Amino acid sequence: MTQSLIFVQRKAIRAVGDDESSGCSVSLNTLTFVSTCSRPIMKGEELPGLLVNEIGGMHGILHDHVEFLKKHFCLITMKEFLENKKNMSKKVQAVYLWWHKPVIDKDLLQSLPNLKVIANSGVGMDHLDLKLVASFGVKMANAPCAVSSSTADTGMALLLASARRLVEGYHVAVSPGMEYCEADFLGVEVTGATLGIIGMGSIGYKIALRAKAFEMKILYHNRTRRKEQEEQAVGALYCEKIDDLLCQADFVMVVVSLTPQTHKLIGKREMELMKPTATLINISRGAVVDQEALVIALRSGVIRAAALDVTYPEPLPRDHPLLKLKNVIITPHLGIKTDKATRMITEEAVENILAALAGLPMPSEVHPS
Amino acid sequence: MAEQDLPGLLIMGIGGTHGVQESLAALLKKHFSVITMKELLENKKEVGKKIQCIFVSEFRPTIDQELLESLPNLKVIGNSGVGVDHLNLKMISNFGVRVTNTPHAVADSTADMGMALMLASARRLVEGSQIAVSPDTNYFAADWLGVEVTRATLGIIGMGRIGYKVAQRARAFEMKILYHNRNRRSQEEEQAVGACYSEMEDLLQQSDFVMLVVNLTPQTEKLIGKKELGLMKPTATLINISRGAVIDQDALVEALQNKTIKAAALDVTYPEPLPRNHPLLKLNNVIITPHIGTATVQATHMMAEEAIANMLSVLNCQPIPSEVFPQ
Repeated sequence: MTQSLIFVQRKAIRAVGDDESSGCSVSLNTLTFVSTCSRPIMKGEELPGLLVNEIGGMHGILHDHVEFLKKHFCLITMKEFLENKKNMSKKVQAVYLWWHKPVIDKDLLQSLPNLKVIANSGVGMDHLDLKLVASFGVKMANAPCAVSSSTADTGMALLLASARRLVEGYHVAVSPGMEYCEADFLGVEVTGATLGIIGMGSIGYKIALRAKAFEMKILYHNRTRRKEQEEQAVGALYCEKIDDLLCQADFVMVVVSLTPQTHKLIGKREMELMKPTATLINISRGAVVDQEALVIALRSGVIRAAALDVTYPEPLPRDHPLLKLKNVIITPHLGIKTDKATRMITEEAVENILAALAGLPMPSEVHPS
Repeated sequence: MAEQDLPGLLIMGIGGTHGVQESLAALLKKHFSVITMKELLENKKEVGKKIQCIFVSEFRPTIDQELLESLPNLKVIGNSGVGVDHLNLKMISNFGVRVTNTPHAVADSTADMGMALMLASARRLVEGSQIAVSPDTNYFAADWLGVEVTRATLGIIGMGRIGYKVAQRARAFEMKILYHNRNRRSQEEEQAVGACYSEMEDLLQQSDFVMLVVNLTPQTEKLIGKKELGLMKPTATLINISRGAVIDQDALVEALQNKTIKAAALDVTYPEPLPRNHPLLKLNNVIITPHIGTATVQATHMMAEEAIANMLSVLNCQPIPSEVFPQ
């Protein structure tokens, strides 16, 4: 069964700062997408089966997205699948991962003979065994366009909140015992400070664009250097050696993918290279930072503060020392958690899935490295 | 002694919760013979004569008639900060004393604070941080969402130095910027930040985020009341980095409780701090911070330097960079 796809109206407005090299040209508000069959769906014919973990709940597809998904797919939850494997297994042509669930393992892949594509919500793919999936002839896609602005905003929110001691300040302002705010309750200046961005992909670049408006001096470290025009557009200086970035930055923002190379990228050595007045912000993956080393560095004043949208694991065990430190802000993986971004992620995933099912090039296919 | 030749400067105190920071006191001592309120009160008659300037920081010391009467040689009050609504300018002027503020030193920090509050509110950062550390948390819910800042509409009420810097920052988040001001800015200034001049009503109706960046004057007191809150979108957030009294606080409480607007983020309230039983402290869609708009090491230093320059210009009969006059 095939459906021919007609992309009826796709306004692709290049947003300021879009990563040219990734070909992202999706505008949050104007991506509209209609799929129509070349002929009417006959009785008995079904929409392709899309396996999801659950609807609603802890790790489920958002209720608001269900109607949109049902226009293109026959939605099958893991519960329905497991209760009726025999009938369901052949129907599933695609899986949509929401917050890394359902878990894709060999057993699941073997039980889905008609699986063609797995679409991930979000850009990080570290929870997937890409080689294993590829070995089953299944394509994979992530959602890089939808996440970059929201995640960049999260990074800036954390940077500002940490610098200005916003969370501490809130507690002072609302605490029952507060009579005044101490005149020596001071934060550090963001305007004119030096920001070191480790990982200058789409998200890192959008952070640079935002930071530039705060007149921040921008240093960056990346596997590959950006083009000169891109650097100049944000006034970013390339640091071939991560050490040079670490010793100069007032704020170090980590924006890398989690790979074997970036695991514990920021450890004791890197933190000791940082200024004692510096702040570490992590919006990538918890495992990029050596958490034990971070606790020691924060306790002993090796660095001033940290702001972490991601930890390892998530959430941290309730007795973890990071939860008790005053100079840490931890947020519950806010990254892309906005109404617009989540909507856009699902739209991006659907676009990828439908392209894969039609044998067309996928907008954001991911291959094993 | 050299120090005694320096003009006398009154400050609240050094260190502690209400005093000037040690490092700022050291800065002041380079140019002035620094006298604390305690020293003045111990010997008003003798010490009062020496004082030519007062450095007012975090609204202290309080300038009242009694104090002014005890300082016959007072020439200038150098305020640290740009807002002077805590000073009775007419009364001070009647004593022949000039007043200066620090509009340049505050601008960046306050604009940064406005952005910090907008982002924190939109992304539910404070709530989120509480969830992240709460003993009861055992997972992060997938459907717990904030609102997008990128490409949202920001309405800036008060486009002075600080408001303009807010616009510059917001532009980098691809925000659509509307502004309302007593005077319209030049076309080039508007274009540089992509800001559209709007009537108040239009701004309130169209904005996802409304930021107050005005001075407190009789005209701006309760500028945002029930009517204005009613005009705002139910999905909108109100951010206040000007003065508490610019908002009708009771109307705000009602609006937040009835979901007339979505949320508020306030660096300033009336009074500061709020009484501990105030309803604003209990609402979970409000972020309040303890007036930390310029509370950075660098900003406080810059404010002291700007105040020093202002005060010295008065003593040296030179043009005064930032004098403020009674309305």
